Amino acid sequence: MSNLFDLLVAGLATGAIYALVAVGFTLLWQTSQTINFAQGEFVMLPAFLMLAAMHAGAPFWLAIILGILLSMILLGLAFKILLVDPMMRHGVLPLAIATMALAIGIKEAVKQFFSAEASPFPSVVPTGDISILGHAVSLQSIGVLLVAILAVFGLTTLLNRTSLGHQMQAAAQNPTVARIIGVPVERMILLTFLINAFLVALASLLITPIYLAKFSSGEVLGQAAFIAAIVGGFNQVRGAIAGGLLIGVLDNLAAAYVSTQYRAAVPMIFLIVVILFRPQGLLGRAEERTV
Amino acid sequence: MKSTLLVGALLTAITTTGAFAQAIKLADVAELSGGGATVGTNWKNGIDLAIEEINAKGGVLGRKLEVTHADSQSNPGVARAQVQKALDAEPYVLLGPGYSGSVKVTAPLAAEAGIAQIMGGEAAELTQAGNKFLFRTSFGQQSSMPKVAKYIHDDMKAKSVAVVWVNNDFGRGGRDVVVKELERLGSKVVADLSTEAGQADFAADVGKIKAANPDAVFIYLNEEESARILKELKRQGVTAPLMGETTLIGQKVIELAGDAANGARGHVGLTTDAPVELIKGFRDRFSKKYNYVPDHNGLKGYLAVYMVKATTEKMGKVDSRAFADTLHGLTIKATEEPGILMDVTFDANGDIDRQSFLVEVVEGKQVVKQVLPKLK
Repeated sequence: MSNLFDLLVAGLATGAIYALVAVGFTLLWQTSQTINFAQGEFVMLPAFLMLAAMHAGAPFWLAIILGILLSMILLGLAFKILLVDPMMRHGVLPLAIATMALAIGIKEAVKQFFSAEASPFPSVVPTGDISILGHAVSLQSIGVLLVAILAVFGLTTLLNRTSLGHQMQAAAQNPTVARIIGVPVERMILLTFLINAFLVALASLLITPIYLAKFSSGEVLGQAAFIAAIVGGFNQVRGAIAGGLLIGVLDNLAAAYVSTQYRAAVPMIFLIVVILFRPQGLLGRAEERTV
Repeated sequence: MKSTLLVGALLTAITTTGAFAQAIKLADVAELSGGGATVGTNWKNGIDLAIEEINAKGGVLGRKLEVTHADSQSNPGVARAQVQKALDAEPYVLLGPGYSGSVKVTAPLAAEAGIAQIMGGEAAELTQAGNKFLFRTSFGQQSSMPKVAKYIHDDMKAKSVAVVWVNNDFGRGGRDVVVKELERLGSKVVADLSTEAGQADFAADVGKIKAANPDAVFIYLNEEESARILKELKRQGVTAPLMGETTLIGQKVIELAGDAANGARGHVGLTTDAPVELIKGFRDRFSKKYNYVPDHNGLKGYLAVYMVKATTEKMGKVDSRAFADTLHGLTIKATEEPGILMDVTFDANGDIDRQSFLVEVVEGKQVVKQVLPKLK
């Protein structure tokens, strides 16, 4: 029982990070029909930007701020202007393939300019335990979970409770009508890219102390978050959150109770089952093809 | 046009018949990227340092050493292709790879070519296949694991042990020997956990260890995964003593795992913290050249080149065919060849006998707790 509790907490902490990344997937999809296959590498890169800032002499807190700002410029603004905008007019598939190429480019660049070896990364959350219901739970797990929940709460508040959020939703749901009623659609799309960049930088800050900073660490994350987004519902932020948490817990339980070797297969099998019986995802809404 | 051709022909003639032709050519295939990048980079740097030193002192039998490095990408398939390419260039000796899986698939190629291969792999089976051209730079698992099991049983007094291993040739080989030895000694294996190479999340594995509540945990993973599991063990508050091999308490692991590495113990065939003056000298020279403290793979690469030097000087000639025969049964004394750092004997299988160390990580540093003598 104690073991199950530990597994649930660890799974929720990892799942919360998957959720942050998966939310980014859904945001980009909803506003610009972009399936970003470089999303995992987007999580890997900010950690290296922060490490580079620290190597240049910046203290950790400043490195975090610089890392997040640089991520928003590179993975938000530059990604949209230099890759998404020129490719989008050619359709979803060429854009998706372009993001795959970008993933390889980011990985190789980090390998070349930083190192192929893993690097340690400091944790924003102190190590140690606290007791919850008689169980020792690591502060790191709790911290990761709290920061991720706060980020998601902030995002949903922004989307549902503010005028800006309503404009973003309008731009996502029906850009033509949104334009007619005066919503600056282009600016709203750019904003979602910046929010995605912020979320991946945050995920990077939380996951890298556990996974270590390595050029290849985005592969696992990108795949898990992609599955989470589809399982939850690619067109719903709350679906991505639920999907992320579910995949995190499922992955841990599968490793403990099924088999370590097949742990990676279990979320995939779950994905297939969801696609077969509920193609729009657990919390997604059914969409009709436009063509 | 004619004069350009003439100059070109002259240059070709000079480079093929001049100083370059005299150099002894070595080929290195190592894990320079991928999961084994820490292993391969240290190995390569050790080789380069040794060659620089030897060449600065006039080379081997008056001839300079030259090495080409190729990247196996930590992938046995790529390693095989790179070794084939390296062998096509007919090197004097082949160095590497470091991963046992890569050694396993490349050793038959080197044996077929009749070229000695000095490698970093530690899987027990590598030297048990009757290959007469394969040589280790460190202990094989059949030499180190019985020492590890004995320490867990006798010194740690562990009646129950959790064994965590990486599911590849290296991990499985070590796991098989240590489990057999632990059971023979009377320590019960209460959790037998295989993990994947490159695994990032160890929460579930550590959860299982916690549930098994062992007296000791034996960890046999590659460096990066070792660091991740150490962090997770600390995160989940596992207090059982941790025992491993070189890969658990290496410099890179300490750097990556930080505080979480403190208290971990390991049997180490080679360590730069060994209380041996020649090794301290190596460590200083390496650190000065590369700005970081090498791990045991740096030592292995360095020793591989000095094995080439000592064997060649023993033969008194550069003879690729006779090299392996000469190295079998050879004892190289550090007093005669300081580059070999510690006295070492090679047996008929290419396995080594050398003194070894029991190391504990104390406040981020390897501290040698015991020196285990040479067997013969």
